[in-house]
Amino acid sequence: MSNKKLSDLAKTIRSKNAGTDKITFDVIFRAADAYELVKRSGALSRDSVASLLKIDPARITDFVEYDPAYAIKFTILRKRPSGSAGDGDIFGAQQYAPLLDIVIDDAA
Amino acid sequence: MKSLKIICPNGHLGFAPLKVESFRLGVAEKPDYIAADSGSDDIGPVPLGSDTCASPASWQEHDLEQMLLAARELGVPMIIGSAGDTGSNSRVDMYVGMIRDIARRHNLPAFRIGWFYSELDKELVRGKIRSGSAVKGLDARDDLTEDELDATTRIVAMAGVHPFVSLLEEKCDVIIGGRCSDSAVFAAPALYHGFPEAQSYYLGKVLECASFCAEPYGAKETVLGEITDEWVEVTAMHPEQRCTVASVAGHAMYERSNPYHEFVAGGMLDMTDCHYEQVSDKTTRVTGMRFVPAEELRVKLEGSGKVGERYVGMAGIRDPYTISNVDEVMAWGRRQVEERFGPEGWELHFNVFGRDGIMGEMEPLRDRPGHEVLVVVQGVAPTPEMAEEVAITGTRQLFYARLPDVKGTAGGVSFVFDEVLPASPAHRWTLNHTMAVEKPLELFPTATEIVGAKTFADA
Repeated sequence: MSNKKLSDLAKTIRSKNAGTDKITFDVIFRAADAYELVKRSGALSRDSVASLLKIDPARITDFVEYDPAYAIKFTILRKRPSGSAGDGDIFGAQQYAPLLDIVIDDAA
Repeated sequence: MKSLKIICPNGHLGFAPLKVESFRLGVAEKPDYIAADSGSDDIGPVPLGSDTCASPASWQEHDLEQMLLAARELGVPMIIGSAGDTGSNSRVDMYVGMIRDIARRHNLPAFRIGWFYSELDKELVRGKIRSGSAVKGLDARDDLTEDELDATTRIVAMAGVHPFVSLLEEKCDVIIGGRCSDSAVFAAPALYHGFPEAQSYYLGKVLECASFCAEPYGAKETVLGEITDEWVEVTAMHPEQRCTVASVAGHAMYERSNPYHEFVAGGMLDMTDCHYEQVSDKTTRVTGMRFVPAEELRVKLEGSGKVGERYVGMAGIRDPYTISNVDEVMAWGRRQVEERFGPEGWELHFNVFGRDGIMGEMEPLRDRPGHEVLVVVQGVAPTPEMAEEVAITGTRQLFYARLPDVKGTAGGVSFVFDEVLPASPAHRWTLNHTMAVEKPLELFPTATEIVGAKTFADA
């Protein structure tokens, strides 16, 4: 068994506002093999993401495996709308960083 | 086969200037339309609430000038949506004024400009609520209450294709739109020329962010979309960029919670069965899109309400003991504000950069702060004077925080300047809702005029 980080396998890992009340995360792979490997590993799921970000799974409004783009995508509800005073990331563009180090068992 | 070509040089006109080289390559393809959307709710609630732009006027004028000169040179229409970031009435007027100025500066031959407004009177919305037609919340929001409406400073409705099509029917050469859905800017001309709804809305969806549908990554570059009754093709204009199956399919999910469905005023674009095909080096063809008309016409509303005036301060911390007790330090600052102003009527916000300033409670590493941190302090209150005092109390008092075992008793934080700075008034998004309307044009009054006709008569 060997392990890789999600950042070694994915081409793009990003986050961005989806409207004023949600942030959406995209993990996009170059080709089917890495995409299928991560899907099979189960390391990226509603539960794993909720646990990583310490949020109630009910705040994850969508979790989609999007085959045409070799992409896994999920969306979370913000606690307060974007740009409310104290929001540290109005665009939601720097929320993806914890995903980079998710460990994928590539023997899966 | 009948087809129509549209180029888009910028996914958010004015937010950063378009890149001229790929734009000129796009113009050389002799498109039938030049179009771009200027709006976004990414920029937070301040511009809509305070009726300002998020970027300098010179950047917006730069893009409008490039587009207008190219459109008049080709003799094709130019379409802009969501003028000036927010699409409020004053931003529409500002863009129309810029177009007049550019035309005068360049002595352009006469052309017809049309525009529409998207701002909504609060009393119209109140009337809907009182008549029993719920203004429904999106994204887990409750239906709109009159209290929340009262807290709102400004509302814009998000137009679909309808006011654009109406102005095209009036033979406008330049259209400046109020707030609208991004895709409407491109879907409207396609529908006006009789192309099917599915292909037209897909064209809009794929073009709206310009080169974000191309690879390698590089924003503000021009892309060309072409539509027929059967397919949509998208081509990157920048010499180093390509529209690939992966980049185009990937773009379908950008900034949206679901990659398969796109809701617009009047229906839903269904991309579930889209098929992507690389037809040449820089071009991808898309087929299989569907459009599902809505049973009830509902228009999305955006609203922003002012919370208060705002000042900002900053304080750095290097002492590891103080860093590990930074919550105590901030609590001390908050107590000093409470002693001065009482428990309510103001807000004090702290972001601790170097610990969890960006992600807050979601930060997995918030128990492992860096060797130095920066506390950004925001004071919000009804008047500028009070906001300044809240912010400077919340900042200065960090210097005097009383930690039991601190060695450094001469001052608990570092300052890069010993003052607080005026910031934009704090606002919040009060509306992210939909409202039922009977006619698609009823919220969006249009107007037209001839620009440039009087060049000789005036002389």
